Amino acid sequence: MSSRVIINTTINGEPMEFLVDERDSLLEALRERIGLTGSKEGCNNGNCGACAVIMDGRLVNSCCVMAAEVQGANITTVEGLATGGELTPLQDAFLEDAALQCGICTPGFLVASKALLDFNPNPSEYEIRYWLAGNLCRCTGYDKIIRAVQHAATQMRA
Amino acid sequence: MQDVTYRRPATVQEASQLLKDNGPTARVLAGGTDIIVMARERRRDTSMFVDVKAIPELNQLSFSASEGLTVGAAVPCYRIYRDETVSRLYPCLVDSTSLIGGTAIQGRASLGGNLCNSGPAGDSIPSMIVLEGEAHIFGPNGWRTVKVEDFCTAPGRNVLDAGELLVSIKFPAPRPGSGARFLRFIPRNEMDIAVVNSATNLTLDGNTVTHARIAIGAVAPRPLFVPAAGEALVGRPLTDETTAAAATASRDAATPIDDMRGSVRQRKHLSYVLTERTIRDAARRARGEIVSHV
Repeated sequence: MSSRVIINTTINGEPMEFLVDERDSLLEALRERIGLTGSKEGCNNGNCGACAVIMDGRLVNSCCVMAAEVQGANITTVEGLATGGELTPLQDAFLEDAALQCGICTPGFLVASKALLDFNPNPSEYEIRYWLAGNLCRCTGYDKIIRAVQHAATQMRA
Repeated sequence: MQDVTYRRPATVQEASQLLKDNGPTARVLAGGTDIIVMARERRRDTSMFVDVKAIPELNQLSFSASEGLTVGAAVPCYRIYRDETVSRLYPCLVDSTSLIGGTAIQGRASLGGNLCNSGPAGDSIPSMIVLEGEAHIFGPNGWRTVKVEDFCTAPGRNVLDAGELLVSIKFPAPRPGSGARFLRFIPRNEMDIAVVNSATNLTLDGNTVTHARIAIGAVAPRPLFVPAAGEALVGRPLTDETTAAAATASRDAATPIDDMRGSVRQRKHLSYVLTERTIRDAARRARGEIVSHV
């Protein structure tokens, strides 16, 4: 029988302690135990990237991480991007460039793009497309998203 | 999700004991990109996840000229392709690890998981075969080693017995004058399962091939080491004719099935083409040229 375990972790810079079921995924824990519903369940099998979060500096799909695994980890979700109500240049660029329609994929794209720009502040178009290949958008096509990341990168380097 | 418990052993002994005591539904959890999904979708009965990422040996990534490269079974792809030594000495592993899934999969997925999953199309397995990878296994009877080409036995099946776990994969230091290359054919640029994949590792003395290993995947019940393909090259100059002979040996060894990804005819053809291309690129790397992984 799976039982409940207490998880201590840092989410978006804040120490958090919460109870999860051993069978919960990190995505389920974020959405249902902690109420951070920014990370989306798209496919729930690692294909779509809508649940992407940054865990100890690397991009992961939270649907493919067990909640019990994140003991002591440092996690950034889409809610952790903006600080004090101010959008980041990346988020502004997604709005300015209309890089979304329905918005379901957007949290994943934002988190994945942040991970890219943290790693490489000046990516080529090819590198952006390659990095974001694991994020699926079924509305816009990808060109506006790529442009938004390019614009954000330019602005962040300025 | 099934009713699973979660354990995080700190030693290989403890992990082996958990696997043995809890039977075949106790599953090793490394990156989880396959097993979590399979457990959720009930494609694998799972009662326990044995998370092996707290075990130091499974996180090891180290190289020495005498010992070669040791890749802990849980080391995720991104650590492998961002490693400077691996990039310089084992670019073939970068070829594989940088095209398995997308960035978020590469943040978790491991060579060990790919091997233990034992899918016929596993994109790291041909590379590990041609690089003479050796699987180091710990179990109730202690340690044993199995060559990567002998590890998988059928789709989803391998040599691991009850209570055994894959701890690391070791690769000898590259031979002087050697180069290796992995390629995959998919109908799009990224994020798909191989129709066919192939790897070649060859050593050149001038233009004479002194050592060659060739493997192909997604064309048989398990990733296939093709000794005849390497033998078609060894002791001979690398020419269009000898390359064609090796590629023909790969095509002859392939016993693919028809499915939604490709037909038998296409896969036989691709076995030839990818073998030919990996030989050409491996030779370029053997001569010191940079062949980008993409």
